[in-house]
Amino acid sequence: MSVVLKKHLVNWSWVIVRSVLIIGLCFLIINPVFVKLSTTVMTEEDIFDPTVQWVPRNFNLSRIGKHYLDVAQKMNYVRSTFNSLVFSLVISICQLVSCTIVGYGFGRFNFRGKGLLFGLVVFTLVVPPQMVVIPLFLNFRYFDFFGLLKDGGVNLIGTYWPLVLTALTGTGPRNGLFIYIARQHFRGMPRALEESAYIDGAGQFRTFWKIMLPGALPIMLVIFLFSFVWQWNDIFYTSIFMRGGMPLLPFSLRNLTGQYHWSISAEYKTIINNTGMVLFILPLLVMYVFLQRYFIESIERTGIVG
Amino acid sequence: MKNPFKLSLTQKQNYAGYLWISPFVIGFILFFFAPMLQSFRFSVSKLSFTPDGYELAYVGLENFKYALTVDPNFIQYFTETIISVLVNIPAVILFSFFIATLLNQEFKGRTLARAIFFLPVILTAGVLHELEVEDLMYLTTQDESNVLFSAAMVKNFLLDMSLPQGIIDYVIMAASNIPQIIEYSAIPILIFLAGLQSVPSHLYECAKMEGATGWEIFWKITFPLVSPLFLTNVIFITVYSFTAPGNRLVEYISSLTWGRGLFGVSVAMSLMYFLAIGVILLVVGYIIERNVFYME
Repeated sequence: MSVVLKKHLVNWSWVIVRSVLIIGLCFLIINPVFVKLSTTVMTEEDIFDPTVQWVPRNFNLSRIGKHYLDVAQKMNYVRSTFNSLVFSLVISICQLVSCTIVGYGFGRFNFRGKGLLFGLVVFTLVVPPQMVVIPLFLNFRYFDFFGLLKDGGVNLIGTYWPLVLTALTGTGPRNGLFIYIARQHFRGMPRALEESAYIDGAGQFRTFWKIMLPGALPIMLVIFLFSFVWQWNDIFYTSIFMRGGMPLLPFSLRNLTGQYHWSISAEYKTIINNTGMVLFILPLLVMYVFLQRYFIESIERTGIVG
Repeated sequence: MKNPFKLSLTQKQNYAGYLWISPFVIGFILFFFAPMLQSFRFSVSKLSFTPDGYELAYVGLENFKYALTVDPNFIQYFTETIISVLVNIPAVILFSFFIATLLNQEFKGRTLARAIFFLPVILTAGVLHELEVEDLMYLTTQDESNVLFSAAMVKNFLLDMSLPQGIIDYVIMAASNIPQIIEYSAIPILIFLAGLQSVPSHLYECAKMEGATGWEIFWKITFPLVSPLFLTNVIFITVYSFTAPGNRLVEYISSLTWGRGLFGVSVAMSLMYFLAIGVILLVVGYIIERNVFYME
């Protein structure tokens, strides 16, 4: 056998193995989404029917449309999606602002105790949130402005405040990671940029705003996207701090079957819940289709690895 | 003479650093450190609500005793969770490194494949996991008997290859965890991918000139240069699994707090969980740190 032929054979067999692996794994990831989608168009009989795999026997577009509308109405979909959107936007913008500022401080300045303070940032990442969330809940439940108010304080649970306050101070969920990303980025910017701005008479804030921020926009987009997605999907913090607050999408999804009569069958519950789940991930999926490039190219630019 | 109280420009600017990071310092003290101290206090107290606040009564190690001896589920969930973290770490690391090297190669549809591998980040929401527990369709995709049947076949095959029993058991355990492993791998894959792309290309060129094979290039250049990221990823996975939706111990602890009002007990449980995870992180971190190669 000629050497060239052998090389081709080896090459091609590797291509085949690789394609099988990648296609198979991609299928594993997408399969649950397809199962959910196909469940939403089923009727109760289809779920019993073992011959039905993807497309149900009683496929009827107008019935499906009605079913979706019904579920969306029971979830109060428009209103809770809007609420969730505003809520996630506000929180993630707060996190973006604070993490960029703190990251800039860690990336560009040398001060005493910097290593120790940055160690604390990492520490907030490593401590499981269950450790702090109960005292934090009680502090916000009886919020006394750090001892300034008497008589038990104000109840901040169910308002934006607990999550806004933690976001603005860079101690929200996984904010340490964002600070880390921002710091890595600012650390890599050339000193000369800053120095020339100082020589031209710009103050510190102006240098940050006019010189450093424009260069950091891609990184800020990354931080914003991650923060938004995690906030949207979160139920752990949200369910604790937004207890009894306004209707948000995860809450309406959680209570969806409660909106129906108690006697509905487990099969029907499955269909309803799947429809709810599809509606829940829909906004994020739409966003992902348009912004997927930024998510993926992002980490390569963040300097996490540099 | 130099005035000791007058600061140079650099010094002045360095002091401004404190100003920039002050939001975090304030937040750390108020919303992190103080609650942490409080949670230590809660773990040795009994908490009861009064009309205008709450009260703590010191009970010593009662809460820990309750968690370890009275509570019917804690020890089981605790060991299960710790074991699954320990099983997942090597599996996720190996899997994501392998996938990252695959996705780093040139082939058609690479962008699409990357987009799909990153999809789990979007799709993991806590509320979805909650609902899937009673989801009939989802459960059919998780059919245990099916998995166990194919596992038995693979096991026989591996036994015929006379591999050590420990490795076989591990492979079977990891294989039955594949959906979870894929879910956890999304971000580690990206981190590895970024690392692979930042390996300077002149090293590869040089190695090729000297006649190195692909295999040698991988083990002598790619692997050592990417090795620091193993530590990053181990830390990421361990930390991620604390809050990952579907963590049974975390869900159980939350149910104790919000369902039954056992604040002290659940704080004590979280504390033990934190200590266990901390020990794992230290040991694994130490082992990896000693075997990692840094370019500088």
